[in-house]
Amino acid sequence: MILWFVLAGIAVGAAAAATLVLSRWLATGETPAALDAPATAAEPRIKVRLFYVSADGLRLVPAEREVPFAEGTLEQARRIVEAQLEPAPAPLLSAIPPGTTLRSVFLTQSSEAFVDLSREVAAGHPGGALNEILTVYAIVDALTTNLPALTGVQIRVDGHEVDTLAGHVDLRRPLSKSTAWVEDPGAAPSTVPPTAPAAGPGTPEAPASVPIR
Amino acid sequence: MMVSLKRPVLVLLAGTIALAAAVAAATQPPAARPAAPLTVISAEGQRPLPASQLGDQLVVALDDLAALLNLTVREDALSGGAAVGYKGRTVLLTAGQALASVSGRLVALPSPPVRDGRRWLVPVEFVGRALAGIYDTKLDIRKNSRLLLVGDVRVPRVAIREEPVGGQVRVTLEVAPKTTHTITQEGNHLLIRFDADALDTSIPAIAAQGVLQAVRLADPRGTIALDLGPKFGSYRASLVPHEQDAELVIDLVPAPAETPFPVTRPPAAAPPSGPPLPVPVLPPALRTVVLDPGHGGEEKGAAGPGGTLEKDVTLAIARRLKAGLESRLGVRVLLTREGDETVPLDDRAALANNNKGDLLISIHANASLRPGVSGAQIYYLSADEAGEEARRAAAARQSLPALGGGTRDVEMILWEVAQVRHLGDSAVLAGLAEEQMRQAVQLNPRPVQQAPFRVLAGANMPAVLVEVGFLTNAAEEERLKSEAHQEAIARALLEAVTRFRDARAQEPRASVPPTVPR
Repeated sequence: MILWFVLAGIAVGAAAAATLVLSRWLATGETPAALDAPATAAEPRIKVRLFYVSADGLRLVPAEREVPFAEGTLEQARRIVEAQLEPAPAPLLSAIPPGTTLRSVFLTQSSEAFVDLSREVAAGHPGGALNEILTVYAIVDALTTNLPALTGVQIRVDGHEVDTLAGHVDLRRPLSKSTAWVEDPGAAPSTVPPTAPAAGPGTPEAPASVPIR
Repeated sequence: MMVSLKRPVLVLLAGTIALAAAVAAATQPPAARPAAPLTVISAEGQRPLPASQLGDQLVVALDDLAALLNLTVREDALSGGAAVGYKGRTVLLTAGQALASVSGRLVALPSPPVRDGRRWLVPVEFVGRALAGIYDTKLDIRKNSRLLLVGDVRVPRVAIREEPVGGQVRVTLEVAPKTTHTITQEGNHLLIRFDADALDTSIPAIAAQGVLQAVRLADPRGTIALDLGPKFGSYRASLVPHEQDAELVIDLVPAPAETPFPVTRPPAAAPPSGPPLPVPVLPPALRTVVLDPGHGGEEKGAAGPGGTLEKDVTLAIARRLKAGLESRLGVRVLLTREGDETVPLDDRAALANNNKGDLLISIHANASLRPGVSGAQIYYLSADEAGEEARRAAAARQSLPALGGGTRDVEMILWEVAQVRHLGDSAVLAGLAEEQMRQAVQLNPRPVQQAPFRVLAGANMPAVLVEVGFLTNAAEEERLKSEAHQEAIARALLEAVTRFRDARAQEPRASVPPTVPR
C-alpha cells in the first residue's frame, strides 16, 4: 500500500517536472522533443490556458485550448494572443471586445511583452471598471501564465501607448500576472511565482483589520 | 379616557358621564368648540381643514370634507342621516348611530354623526374607516399630528427624544419609514430636513440647558430645528438603520469651557519653572476632500439597458456627498468636474494634489457582460504594482544641500507613484466604506478589491474608487437612478469619511513623515 503511494508521488513529481521543463522550453524557444501533436502532424499544437469571463461574472476562468506551436517566445506569444482574441467557446464569454485583432507583439530585453491591439479593444469596449479589469487581465494572464519567462505585459492600442482602455486600468506601464482576478488560481500551471511586492521604504504596512482580497 | 385602573369607582363614574354625554349629543344640539385645524397633505400641497372638539372627539364637518375631496353630501330622509357619495359609491350615516355603511358594509365609528345646525359633524376617524373605502386614492388620518394624508405622500413618523449622555446632549429621532435627510447648521439652528411632504411628529418640550434650547418644527413640510444655546460647540450625527425604520442620533457637544485664544510664543521665551506649555493645536485631521465623479462629457462610461449613463449617476452622487460633507464636517470639498465635462484622468489626480486634498474618493458605476452581476465594490490601488513602484521611487530619493550648510534628505515624489505612501490609509478608508455601504446598499460578493486604477495611482493622499453598483443589471440600474438610492450611497460614504476623520484625529499621524511637503 505504502509502495503505491510512493510510486504515485514519484509519478506526480515527474509530471510536474515535465510541465516545468516544457514551459522552460517554450520560454526559451527551444524545440521540445515531443509534443502532443494532433494526428495530422502537419501543424504541431500545444495546450495553453486562456481566460474568459466566469459564470458569476466576477472573475476570469481558465480554459484549456490548443494553439499552434511556434518557434521562440515572441512567435508563441503572438499565437497565444491571437487565440485569446478569438470568440470564447460557449458558454463562456470573451472579456475582449469582438473585432479586436492583434497588430504586433514585441519583447523588451527585460522580458516584458508589448501587445499592440487594434482600436476595437478600446472603441468597442462596453465600459465599467470590472469589465475593463477582466479585458486587461485576460491578455496579461494568458501571456504570463503560458510563458512564465515574461515578466509583464503592456497593452498598446493602434500603435500607441494609451492611458486606459475605458477610463480605469492604468496601461502606462507593463502589468504583471495577477491571480486575484482568476477563478481557482491554484489550478493554474506551475510557474515562476509572481514578483513579491517589495517593502519599499515608503510602503506602509497594510493594516491587519482590513482584509486584502 | 385617562383613568387609573386602581380607581374602579372613577372608571364607572367617567363611563357613565361619557355615556350620558353621548346620549345628550345625539339628542340635543351639541356644543362644538372650535379646535386647531387639521392639515391636509396631498400631492398638490397643504390645505387646512377646520376641526372642532365635541366632547372628547375631534370632529370635522362633512361639507368641508366634501369640498376638499369632491364628495357629494345629501340628506337621507329614510335613515334620518346623510349619504356621502363619490364616483357612484356611497357611505350612509345614521343619526345617533356610531356606525357607517360603506358600500353596504358596516364599519364602527368612535362616536355617532351629529347634526349641528345645517352641518353634519363626523369624528375624524370617519375619513380613514369609512371614506377611504369608497375613495380612489389613499386617505390616512394621523390624529395625533392632526394630519389628513391624501394619496401617496411621504409623511414619515418621527419620534423625538432628548437625553443627556456623558456631558453631551443627545437628540434621537426615530424615523419610520426610513427617509433620507440632510443636516445643516444655520447660525444658532441645526436644521434636519427630511425628504418628505410632511412629518408626523409631536415635538417634545425640553428644558433649555445652554447647549440645546428648544426643538421646533421649523417647517411642517419636513424640517425640524434644534435651537442651539451659547454652550453649543459642535455636533455629530449618525444613522442607525433598521429593517423598517431608522434612528438618527445627533450628539450636541458643548464648547470647551472658556478656552483662551492660544498664544504662540517661542519655546525659549517660556520661563523654565513656569506652567507647562499649552498643547500645540494640531491642524484638523481633515480639511479638504476631493470627489471625483467618474467619466463625463464625451466619455460616457458604462451604460445600462435603460439608457442610464455612468457619468450622470456619478455626478449626482458626488454632488450629494459634497453637500453632506460640507454641512456635516465643515470641510472644503472639491469636485474634479462640476458638470458634464471631459476631464483627463491625470488632471483629476493633479487637481486633488494641487489643492492639498486630504482624501480622494472617485465615484464610478460598474458594468459586466453578465447582466446578473450586481452590488457595490470599493477599490484601492493594487499592492504589487505599488510595491514595484515603491522600489523605483526609492531610487529617486536624493540629498540636496540645505540652507546653512550640510545636506538633507529630500524625497522627490513622483506623482505617478504618489499613492504608494498612502496605501495603508487607503485600505482603512476602503474598509470603512465597505462597512457603511453594507448597511445602506447591496454589496457585490467581492466587495473590496485592489486594482491598478490610474486615477488612484497619482493621488498623493488616501484614495479609494467606489463602484456604486452595476448599471448593466436592470434592477440595479433602476435603483441607481432613484434619488433615494443615490442619497443612501452618499450618506454611507459620508459616514465612512466621518469615521476616517475621527480615527485620524485620535492617532498621531506617524505614517506621514513631517519633512515631506504635502
